[in-house]
Amino acid sequence: MHMADALISPAVGGVMLVATAGLTVYSARKLKEEIDDRKIPLMGVLGALVFAAQMINFTIPGTGSSGHLGGAMLLAVLLGPYAAFLTMASILTIQALFFADGGLLALGCNIFNMGFFPCFVVFPLIYKRIAANSPERKRILAAAMVASIIALQLGALGVVTETFCSNISDLSFKTFVLLMLPIHLAIGIVEGFVTASVVSFVTRNRPGVLQTAAEPSIGKQISIKPVLITLLIIAALTGGFLSWFASTNPDGLEWSIARSSVNKVLQSSESGIHALLSGVQKKTAVFPDYNFRKDETEESAKSESTQGKQDVWPSVSAGTSISGLLGGAMSLVLAGLIGFGIKTCQRRKPNK
Amino acid sequence: MGSIESSFFDIGHLDALSSKDTPIHRVDPGVKVLTTIYFIAVVISFNKYDPAGLAPLVIYPVAIMTIGNIPFAYIMKKLLIASPFVLSVALFNPILDRTPVLDLGLFSVSGGFVSFASIAAKFVLTAGAGLALIACTGFDSICSALSRMGVPRAFTIQLLFVYRYIFVLGEEASRMVRARALRSFGNKGLGMTVYGSMIGQLLLRTMDRAQRIHLAMLCRGFDGEIHHAASSKIRLSDFFFLAGWSGLFTLLRLYNFPAWLGRELGRLI
Amino acid sequence: MSHHIVEVKGLKFSYPDGTPALNGVNFRITHGESVALVGANGAGKSTLLLHLNGYLTPQEGSVRIGDMPITKKTLKQIRQTVGMVFQDPDDQLFLPRVYDDVAFGPTNLGLPPDEVKQRTLSALALVGAGHLKDRPPYKLSAGEKRAVSIATVLSMSPSILVMDEPTSNLDPKARRQLIHLLSEFDHTKIIATHDMDMVLDLCSRAIVLRGGEVVADGTARDILNNRDLLDASGLEKPLRLQGCPICGNSDAR
Repeated sequence: MHMADALISPAVGGVMLVATAGLTVYSARKLKEEIDDRKIPLMGVLGALVFAAQMINFTIPGTGSSGHLGGAMLLAVLLGPYAAFLTMASILTIQALFFADGGLLALGCNIFNMGFFPCFVVFPLIYKRIAANSPERKRILAAAMVASIIALQLGALGVVTETFCSNISDLSFKTFVLLMLPIHLAIGIVEGFVTASVVSFVTRNRPGVLQTAAEPSIGKQISIKPVLITLLIIAALTGGFLSWFASTNPDGLEWSIARSSVNKVLQSSESGIHALLSGVQKKTAVFPDYNFRKDETEESAKSESTQGKQDVWPSVSAGTSISGLLGGAMSLVLAGLIGFGIKTCQRRKPNK
Repeated sequence: MGSIESSFFDIGHLDALSSKDTPIHRVDPGVKVLTTIYFIAVVISFNKYDPAGLAPLVIYPVAIMTIGNIPFAYIMKKLLIASPFVLSVALFNPILDRTPVLDLGLFSVSGGFVSFASIAAKFVLTAGAGLALIACTGFDSICSALSRMGVPRAFTIQLLFVYRYIFVLGEEASRMVRARALRSFGNKGLGMTVYGSMIGQLLLRTMDRAQRIHLAMLCRGFDGEIHHAASSKIRLSDFFFLAGWSGLFTLLRLYNFPAWLGRELGRLI
Repeated sequence: MSHHIVEVKGLKFSYPDGTPALNGVNFRITHGESVALVGANGAGKSTLLLHLNGYLTPQEGSVRIGDMPITKKTLKQIRQTVGMVFQDPDDQLFLPRVYDDVAFGPTNLGLPPDEVKQRTLSALALVGAGHLKDRPPYKLSAGEKRAVSIATVLSMSPSILVMDEPTSNLDPKARRQLIHLLSEFDHTKIIATHDMDMVLDLCSRAIVLRGGEVVADGTARDILNNRDLLDASGLEKPLRLQGCPICGNSDAR
């Protein structure tokens, strides 16, 4: 489920990169607070271990197909959320660079899908709740299972959303979801088993290790509000700038948004933003092919071509394309930030 | 050779390629990173129905690979291995989008095929540029460049550490896998419980190793901060590299070169 | 010079899980001595070594390096004075290039960049690894790794070199080169080892550990010839002193 550059638009890629960069800076700062410099070599070798472990395949009983460890949940259990996030990010970066497994601009999406969800959402909210530091095998299995399934579903949802908002693939949201989620449910179940198996092994053979590894020594709490607000502002600016740079066909997005109730909200924002942005567009006539297509559309000419001439399609509502894209990108960022916000509120509540 | 060994062999091979000495290798790593990122951004900004416009951009990866002495076949093979996910998603486009957009007389081409071609072309260009980057720039220079560009040290040091220990851990893992295979007598594959204990063992050994590394670091005065050596300065030629290529990409994005070429050729004929 | 003296008095140490490791160790090593620390596995050699640079703290007894006790404040200086080389070079070479690893120590000491460079290059030259400075560690042979890991410590200009099983995993030629290299150093050397033939070549003095206690401390020659002592401690005489299997000469006494 590594996203490739070819399937995303610059806006989506850019927004996700900014979001991931923010998370990286945040995690690095939190790690510094923990004053545990033993984590530095530990993160490194565990990253290398998960990387190597991902190359060992095991057979899944009953299906005959093979699978391997994803590792994000395991890392979160061993290292705590911040270190685990950075470690997953480093693994994904190396995979992207050396194996083209995931694009370079798509790294933001991939790190978000496969790092943010498991480490910052599922681990604290779900795994920790169920496992509750107990060495009981059943508890660990339950925690790992539920956590892995949900994390992978969220990740798959992320992939679908990012692909859909980019509007390069013609897959509708619904179809893509129906394809991705069941597959990742199965992968999640397997991942749950394997994670539970490893965690149980470690707790049995070296009981103290999880306690000391995951719980950070409490330093000064950084308030997350300023981080969230900064992220929101940066994302908005980036989304606006980059969608100015993009030019995609948003028909699919328009169409499916029309079917949902979110439609009302986006319509109003569209008119305001639309007016502003068409003004910007007119001034920046630097994009001839973009304008060229728009003019053709207004003539609604049938498609026709000679060798090399720009191709044209009927019924492209180019007017709303920028706003549609921006709307899509913003909803993605909002979703991520809402998740973040929920996590903060949960942490604010008095802990047991 | 098992898949583990071949993957690490692969990384080693890329590392070896990156230590050659050609004009491309000598360009500042940060400049190469920025150029590649801008290239990818320009490529993916193309409209999904415009595969032709992408064509001239192939000059960048081709130039890098030719001057940098990077074997095409090797890169193509890696692209092939990395392509399944992208292509399978892209394959839905011709199925879902049947609107004919191109009339070639005998048959018409649907929008879906055009967009499929565009996605495939984008994939080759972006993934190819990424691989070309790593093949002509050492990984640790990329990490120094990233850290100079503002990426947090915690992350770049982490990248370096993972890279350093990938080979050590890969070897440990492959030894374990081999030992198990030799005692399996043809039984089908590695089961999940055995896998769990193998990874568990590796994990405990890895954590011990981390402790020893930490000890070694302390013995050499480590106090929490890793100071990585400062890299070389940017030269004028590096600046020209960045400005020149970026300018070209921008021009190719703004002005439809293939369309112009097609028209001129049409006029000649 | 007093800052080269290693003095261990009444050192007792048990691991957190209760395993007793050292049960009252005493010895005094002076400037320039070349001492072998021998004993079977589990006798406590590695544990003892880890006390010499403050990584482990004695539960009873004391360790002094020169005229300094080992405290939190003196740790940095102790670790510059006592250079420790571990058994597995992969644990010591954790940076991308050989040069980076060798420069790590002097950089942490806060030396200016020129000084760091000069020290790094001279340490590499000393171990004969100058041509390896830009190699990544995974591309080195076992012997090269061993030489480089010694360089990583030499670049801090220690007065005392402590080594844990330096000849393990080396092929005969690499081993011979290492022994030759070490013989040229005039640092105080404390070497924990099983390689009794190396002890014969390199060390003037030997300390035998058994069950966490010193059971013998004397000239290497005497100890290496004492078959009963060695036997009781889980050791053997150096192969060279064990008599010739071809011509049949029995064990020389």
